[in-house]
Amino acid sequence: MDWLSMGRWSPYAVGVGIGVLSWLTFVLSDKPIGCSTAYARTSGMIERLFRGNSVVAKPYYAKFAPVIDWEWMLVLGIFMGSFVSAKLSGQFQALWVPNKWVSTFGYTPVARLLVAFVGGIFMGLGARWAGGCTSGHGISGTLQLAVSGWLAALCFFIGGIAVAMLIY
Amino acid sequence: MLTTVHSKKGLQLTMGLILGMLFGFLLQKGGVTNYDVIIGQLLLADFTVLKVMLSAVITGMLGIHFLRRIGLAQLHPKPGSVGTSVVGGLLFGVGFAVLGYCPGTVAGAVGQGYLDALCGGVVGILVGAGIFAALYPKLNQPILSRGDFGELTLPQMLKLPAEIVVVPVSVLLIVLLLFLEKAGL
Repeated sequence: MDWLSMGRWSPYAVGVGIGVLSWLTFVLSDKPIGCSTAYARTSGMIERLFRGNSVVAKPYYAKFAPVIDWEWMLVLGIFMGSFVSAKLSGQFQALWVPNKWVSTFGYTPVARLLVAFVGGIFMGLGARWAGGCTSGHGISGTLQLAVSGWLAALCFFIGGIAVAMLIY
Repeated sequence: MLTTVHSKKGLQLTMGLILGMLFGFLLQKGGVTNYDVIIGQLLLADFTVLKVMLSAVITGMLGIHFLRRIGLAQLHPKPGSVGTSVVGGLLFGVGFAVLGYCPGTVAGAVGQGYLDALCGGVVGILVGAGIFAALYPKLNQPILSRGDFGELTLPQMLKLPAEIVVVPVSVLLIVLLLFLEKAGL
């Protein structure tokens, strides 16, 4: 069982594995893999704690009710599965600043946290605006040959490459 | 189709968790839960992300279209428009580069102990999603419905059977992967 404790698998093995996983989600749950609506639902749940049930009447939450659903559990599963994998390979570590950031901007945890927060806002906004993320559009949309998936995935990378080149 | 399995709510929540754990395990083993790997891809220096995604798409595409053919699966293409896919896609791209994770891999990054992903990324994504929910009624008509093409798929657009379209698309993606290997990327 050495392969379970390996630090890295071939990207092709991982990709084929995710492809097979998508067969399972379609057959067993009638759902494509996707992640970003889970954040929209959670955001609604948090807002509901502060502002009460009127939140449910918001047009967006009428479409995506602020409740725990299949996809929400999928995202929770990602967290747990990654934890197990990292523990098995000894890669689990509390880390505030990624290496690439340290080598360019130094060990600046507060700056990294603020930038990650701002990046997260763009990502949450953009993912809901586009109606999906790297999983929902980038993998599930493209594999179903959906025009929305291919167009969105292309724009994810165009925007991402342009801004990454500006930052680094 | 396994409609009785699909209709069992508690079972489906458990299924989501188990399938998610497999997904997270694979993402971590692929290295794509790392900021360095994702930024490396966007800087066109490390093609791990694209290799993982394209081999998932090829495998998934061939399998799903076969499963649909034998009646075990149905497609769920998302609707889209120029206003959603292009504008939203580019905004997402900005977040992709600034955060260095995406909504799925950020959960995986938290799982391996990355605190910038938890305290910065996840919190930011929740705020961003909340902002979208608040703006949604105002954006809907003027922007989101611009250039609406609905749940269109490439086979419908080309007026060809999906079973035929998957062949050249797979070949094209495999050639792209071979090219990346050949170029030493």
